[in-house]
Parts: sequence; structure tokens; C-alpha cells
Amino acid sequence: MALSRPLSAEANISLARLLHLDLPLLVGLCLLAGVGLVVLYSAGGQDPAIVARQLVRLALGFGAMGIFAQISPHYLERAAPWVYGMGVLLLLAVLVAGDVGKGAQRWLNLGVLRFQPAEVMKMAMPMAISWLLAAGTLPPRLGRLLLAAFMLLIPVFLIVRQPDLGTALLVAAAGAFVLLLAGMSWWIIGLLLAALAALAPLVWHLLRDYQRDRVLMFLNPESDPLGAGYHIIQSKIAIGSGGLYGKGWLNGTQAHLDFIPERHTDFIFAVLAEEFGLVGEILLLLLYLFVVARGLYIANQSITSYGRLLAGSLTLTFFVYVFVNLGMVSGLLPVVGVPLPLISYGGTSLVTLMAAFGILMSVQAHSKYSLCS
Amino acid sequence: MAGLRLTSVLKDPLREARIFQDRAVVALMGAMVLLALVGLRLFYLQVISHEHFQTLSRDNRVKIAPIPPTRGLIYDRNGVPLAENLPTFSLEIVPDQVANLPATLDELAKIVDINSVDRKRFLRQVKQRRRFEAVPLRFHLTEEEVARFAVQRPRFPGVDIEARLTRHYPLGELTSHTVGYVARISEWELRHLDSASYAGSSHVGKVGVEHFYEEQLHGKVGYEQVEINAQGRSLRVLSRTPPVSGTDLYLYLDIRLQAAAEAALGDNTGAVVALDTKNGGLLALVSKPGYDPNPFVNGIDGKSYRALQNDASRPLLNRALRGQYPPGSTIKPFVTLAGVEHGLVSGNKGVYCPGFYRISGEEHKYRCWKHGGHGAVDLNRAIIESCDVFYYSLAADLGIDRLDDYMGRFGFGSKTGVDISGELGGLMPSREWKRVTRNQIWYPGETIITGIGQGFMSATPLQLAFATATLANRGLPIQPHILYASAEPHSRVLRVYQPKVQEPVPMHKVGYWDRIIQAMADVVHSSSGTAKRISPGLTYRMAGKTGTSQVFGLGQDEKYVKEHIPKNLWDHALFIAFAPVEDPRIAVAVIAEHAGSGGAMAAPIARQVVDAYLLGEKE
Repeated sequence: MALSRPLSAEANISLARLLHLDLPLLVGLCLLAGVGLVVLYSAGGQDPAIVARQLVRLALGFGAMGIFAQISPHYLERAAPWVYGMGVLLLLAVLVAGDVGKGAQRWLNLGVLRFQPAEVMKMAMPMAISWLLAAGTLPPRLGRLLLAAFMLLIPVFLIVRQPDLGTALLVAAAGAFVLLLAGMSWWIIGLLLAALAALAPLVWHLLRDYQRDRVLMFLNPESDPLGAGYHIIQSKIAIGSGGLYGKGWLNGTQAHLDFIPERHTDFIFAVLAEEFGLVGEILLLLLYLFVVARGLYIANQSITSYGRLLAGSLTLTFFVYVFVNLGMVSGLLPVVGVPLPLISYGGTSLVTLMAAFGILMSVQAHSKYSLCS
Repeated sequence: MAGLRLTSVLKDPLREARIFQDRAVVALMGAMVLLALVGLRLFYLQVISHEHFQTLSRDNRVKIAPIPPTRGLIYDRNGVPLAENLPTFSLEIVPDQVANLPATLDELAKIVDINSVDRKRFLRQVKQRRRFEAVPLRFHLTEEEVARFAVQRPRFPGVDIEARLTRHYPLGELTSHTVGYVARISEWELRHLDSASYAGSSHVGKVGVEHFYEEQLHGKVGYEQVEINAQGRSLRVLSRTPPVSGTDLYLYLDIRLQAAAEAALGDNTGAVVALDTKNGGLLALVSKPGYDPNPFVNGIDGKSYRALQNDASRPLLNRALRGQYPPGSTIKPFVTLAGVEHGLVSGNKGVYCPGFYRISGEEHKYRCWKHGGHGAVDLNRAIIESCDVFYYSLAADLGIDRLDDYMGRFGFGSKTGVDISGELGGLMPSREWKRVTRNQIWYPGETIITGIGQGFMSATPLQLAFATATLANRGLPIQPHILYASAEPHSRVLRVYQPKVQEPVPMHKVGYWDRIIQAMADVVHSSSGTAKRISPGLTYRMAGKTGTSQVFGLGQDEKYVKEHIPKNLWDHALFIAFAPVEDPRIAVAVIAEHAGSGGAMAAPIARQVVDAYLLGEKE
């Protein structure tokens, strides 16, 4: 297909184009990864081994991105229901035969590697909902919306049962963003939000004790400063004491004296905030905003509805990661175990995330050819 | 285009693209709003509340740790250490960092020897101190125990070995009643001591010089700002205000003389006090039996303490300062001076002693110690032979008011104010005293026996020595003092104590000082003196006065026969002395409880002490 493209003055084929890579997005992601490595070096106690391991993961992530960038959205559309179905089966398998880690049954042990099927669902969900909605007219009709809601709730329910509330919310958000971008009526959106608010007490009732604790701690962390409130209090102290310009790289006392919990994973932003201050944070936020804007721009460039919906929802899911993590670390949201994309130390989520960016790049690469063909 | 179609309705690509674009713009704006929200939150935390969090962050990582000052040392006049600080290893626990204290103690007991006494004391202190302060569990760890614990240390977070200085009294029993001792701060003291200056200190002076000079010896506490991590372990010192060590004290005490005095007392229960007549310096202060102060430093165990407390010879009682004895005949020189001052005694005036004294119109006989009587007695013989009748008569003539007043000038009935804690003041009875304490009137007979230092009157050995020194100085009292000088740590400069001279004893017939002193010299040197048995071999002249004070009263016609009476009712043997007569340098008071006669039992002790002082130096 690629070779059928007409040669023109513009067709100055760069390597990036050849590899289906979107240069601005790639630069944004590399900058984020670079910032992540710098902060990680400090947060990990200046241990080069940690940075090296993260570099390997980043390489894997960017590799996954490169691979997914080559897959035409067309194939992703066709594969969507199968991927979704397999994801649901895997989630069922976890509930039956999964490994238990940290009090939750989230892991599936395949002998060579352990992985969380919920991660697959983060991709499968937007793929499947986009597939369902793009098949019909947009804005979607009620019947299709109900079908979409059903497809959305099954995996979410299974993930909640693990229990992994954080991932369940992210997966649900990924699906919901497709509905939003597909043009679901604002009336329905308003009604759903109202219904959610009404159901909140019921949800509260269904939450496990530790989940309730987290919410309560979020509301009043000082009630148990050495217990459940410790994380958030120490995180706020780290951020607040950083001030405008920060204490300087490698000089964060909260970070280096072990006061920040999970400081190289979920709470890594607190380390950055302490050492680089408000100025450093604003730069990071702008970088994230750029990636999100570029992602939405790419989505908008797509010629197919499926490409638009998938690229758009993946971008917004990425943003939700960022926002939930920042909100948690700065005390705006309850503590939910969500890593900060591209900055936090960690493997599985990084690969999924980069695969999503690969899809975005594929959408970008294929949109223009579709136009011309 | 291929694709799984679930509907046959025609799609409108342009409309769908427009819908998406609208929604994408809304989403992007939403994202920007949310990021702005995060930005505002960060602005609030980092700019508006920055100072608050900066303080919290600082409090997190910086711990103020008190550094206890090194306690001042105590030396005798020649620089012999009497109280020193020895480095010892102790096992300390920060309760805050230990999850299960009883279990940890059980585990520790498998490594080092921890008895129930250690355990009880530790748990008591844990309640008294703040949770994050280290509390010692065991002192004086052996090197083997230190090594055993060091290997296991990772198993015991919050438990550590500390090298500390522990107070030690190298001479033990010899100085227990002067230097005293320090011990752990009690709950009561914890409430009354300045908590800031005692932060980090675990010991405080309890008795003796250690207690009296607590403020100087303790020093000033220092502080260290330490950076700690989240687990509370100290990482590095940020700043340090060093503690100021306590002042070193040099005492008048001459430890050789102290040892000689203790040896001289032998197995007697009693006390010896020796004063430098020139400056009131306390040369020796012995109370026997003594006790070893060292076990008290880190908390004596209950059994040993009860044994000391229940000991019939009462080793914990400081007899020199707190033993209140009837002074007996030792006060006769002072009573004589009272008579001289009031014109009742003069060189040629005598009293006839038939062996007893009787108040006119009464039947009761006040007996002289000499059964047949002394016959005609003047003031010289009265002192030399210690005639009781002379003093019965003199006391009756003086009356209790004048006697009480004049004796008071020599310090009887009031504390000397010596700089050792715990002194008692003895008793010089008066009409007023009897009315206030017993609500009774004063009887003339009580004046009679007060004249020979019996009855209500009591005095401590220190008071007797003080009065003797005053007499030796011809009426010039110099307050007894044990501190000779103090020196700031690591400084050779001594701040020498200035002796306090008190108001002179009135005596308008100045020549009588010499007469009385001459008579006292004859107590030792004349063939009829009551202490004549110590004169052989004396190379200097000594003035003294014997005393044999009754512990119980004899019936009117009973005779005191030592052999027929249980030992605990034997008379107390007393002797006061100073020497050389021509230029007195030392004044001594000796009491040997239930030893018998003063001349036979107490005087030889006094001579040994004076010999050691006057002759020992020349060696």
C-alpha cells in the first residue's frame, strides 16, 4: 500500500515517515522519558542499576511502539472483537487461577512471564468500543450505546472483582472516552453522571476496607499521620517544601531520607516536585499537554471514524493516567495506584502505554494515504 | 472498504469528522482545565504554603539531640581523685522504635545478662521518659556481651550500645559520707529539675558534696542537630553546640588524713571530724561504719539496699553531720568561758566538790563522776579533772538563758552551714524551745545537767569540731567548708574559696582565752588530766577535753559499772582537741559510740589523727 503513494515534491521520504513515526509525538515522548530517567536516578538513590533497568524497559516500550506503528488501523479494527474476547477470557482465567500478590488476584502466571490481563484490556476496551461504534452511524444510536455499555461493564466488573479499582476505572474511562468522542448526546452524559452521583453511597458500601481507608485518608490524612495518612502527608511535605525552584537535583531531603513512600514508582512526581520546584513541574505539565494535544490532533487527522475514536480515546486515557497520578500525589484525589506515565519506574504499564502511542502513530501514518488513495 | 458492518445505514464521513473535532476540542479544553487545576494545587502547596511545608520537612529530618555534659571531677586537696568518670558500655533502647518491647527484652536476655532488677528499673524509666529518648537497660556490659550484641544488632532496631561515662568513686567507703554519690534521676527529681538542662542527663547528685555542688558539677547541656531518615536513624550531624563540662572541685579533704582517721576509729561506731583552724577547711570527716557508694550510682538492688537500711549499726547514717549526741563534758571549756564572760568565774574563785550537787531546798543529788568528790576546785582543775559539781554550780548561777545564748555563739544548736548536704543542727535547749516543742516550763534541774552537756542538749561531731576550732582561734569562728577551690574543666586556674569568718564570740577578759586553753592543754599534759594517757611521746602540745556522755540515767545511788551493762548502753566516748597549742592548726572532734570513757577511748583516736596531720606532713 505504501508504495502506491504518488511521488510529489512533498514526498521527501524521511526515515521517520518510512517507519510510520510521528516526529513531534516521538520527541515529546523521548523528552518525557528523559526527564523520567533523570528523576529516577535521584529517586532511586543514585543507583545506576535502576536507571539501566528502566532503560531496558523504555527500549522494550519504544520497540512495542515501533511495532504497533506498522500495524494498519484497518487490521486493528478487524482484530478488535477478537482481542476483546480474549481479554475477557483472560480476566476470567485470572479470577479462577490467578496469582495473588499484595492481597489482590491480578496476575496470570504463564510460566515464563507473569502479566496482568487487565493491562491488555486497557487496549482492548477502546479498540472494541471504537469498532462497535464506528460500524454504525455517528452519533451512535441508543441500541448501539446500550450494547457498548454492556461491553464496557463486563471487563470492568471482572477487574473490580480482582480487586483492582484503579485499573477498572482506567479501563472504564478508556471505553467511556470513545462514547464521548463518538458524539454521545450531552443529555445522556449528564444523566449518566447524575446516576453515578446517586449511586455513590452504594459504591461506598461495596468498597473494600482498604479502599474506604484510602478515600477517608484522602479526605483527612492528618487523622492517622503515621499510618494510612503517612503517604499523602509526606508527599505533600515534599512538594510544598520544594518551593518555586526546588531543592535541586539529588538534594531532596524528603526523597533521600526515605520519607516519600514509593518514591521511584507511584510517588515519583513528589521527588521531581521537591527537587525541581514549581518551575520544573509546570514544564512537565506543558510537556504532557503537548503530547495530549498532538495525540488529539493525530486522531482528528484520521480519515476513518475507527482511527479517530481509537486514537482519541487512547490519548485521553493517557491523560487520565497523568491527571490521576498528579492528583493523587498532590492530594487532590485519593491514593490510587496509578503510575506517572513515562516517569514512574515500572514495566507492564509502560509497554501497554507505548503500544498505544504506536497505534496513534499508525493512525497518523495511514490517514494521509487513505486521503490520497 | 471491508469491515464488519452491523448496520446498513449510510455513514456521513464529513459529519462524523466534524462531530469528532468538536468533541476533541472539548476534551482538550477539559484536559487543560484539569491540568490548570493541578497547577493551582501545586502553586498552593509550593508557593502559598511553602514555609509551612518547609518547616515540616525540616522537622522531619532534623532531630535535636541533647548532649549531656561531662560531670566535674572531685579531688582531695592534693589532687587525689575522689569521684571520676569511667567509660562503660551500656545497652540502650529507644522505646519508640521498638514494636514489641517485652518480646524484645526477652530476646535481648538471651544475648546479654538481664536480671529482673534491670528489667523493672528499665520499664519504670520508659514510663518516665519521652518515647524517642534512649533508656538504658543494662550498664557495664562486658566486652564479650558487647561483641555478642554487635553481631545480632540488625535484629534489634532501636536497640544500641552506648559508650557512656559512669561515675565512679575509687576510694569507695572512705569517701561515702563526704563526697556522697550520684544516682539515677528519680521521678520526683525529674519533675523538679530543669528539664532543659537535664535533657540527656541520667544522673544527679543525691547526697554529700555531689548533691551540694550539683549545679557546678553538672555543667551545661549541649545540643546536636542531627539529620535523621524516615526510620529515625541518625545520618549526620548538621550543627553542634558543645556541652560545657561541669566544674572540677578540689576539697580541703586530705585523703591520707581521712584514711588515718578511719583507721584510728578502728572497729568503733562513731565519727571523727578534723578542721583546719586557719580557714575552716574540713580536713577529714569520717563516719563509721561507711558503705560503698558505687552500687548506688546505677541503682542499687533492693536486697542490698534493705540490708544496709536494716543494719543495726546504720552505715547509711552520716554520724559526723547528722549524729546528734549529748556532748557531755566536752562543752565544759565553753561553759567556763560563759561563766568568765558573765563574771561568775575568775582565776581565784573556787567551788567545793563533795561528790554531788544539790539545789538548795531540794533532796535530789546531782552527782560528780568522781565518787568521793574533788574537794576545792578552781577553773583549772574543773577543766583538767572535769569536775561536774563545778559546772552544776556554774550552770545554776548562769541560768539557762545566758548559757543558751553564749553556747549559741560557738554554734551549738544551729547548723554550721557546711557545704555538704544533709547536715543537722543539734539542740541547744532553752525556755523558748521547751515551751514551743513540749509546751512545758523550764525546770532549774534541767539547767544543772545542761551545764555538763547532758539532758536535752545534743550536738553533731561537726559542731563540736567547729566550736573547738573557734576556741582555738580565741573566739573567731570560721565556717567549716569542704570545698577548697574549683577549676573550670581543662583549666589549671583554681578559683579558691574565701573562708567566711563569722561574728567573734564576745569575751571582755581576753586573757582568759589563754587560761582556758592552758587548762585544756593540761587535760592532756598534766599528770591529773583526764586524757593524760595520750601524752607520752607527744612531740607537740595538744589541748583537749574529754567527754563521757551517758546514754541512760542511773538511779540515785547506783554506780556505773561498765561490765554490768549491755554494750549498747555503754557511755559514748568523746574527745575534742586542737594542736599545736601555741599556734593551732587542726581541731578535732571524736566520738566513739558506746565505747566507754572519753579519756581512754576517744582521746587516743584524736591523737592518732592529729599526729597524722602534724607529723605525717614532715615525712
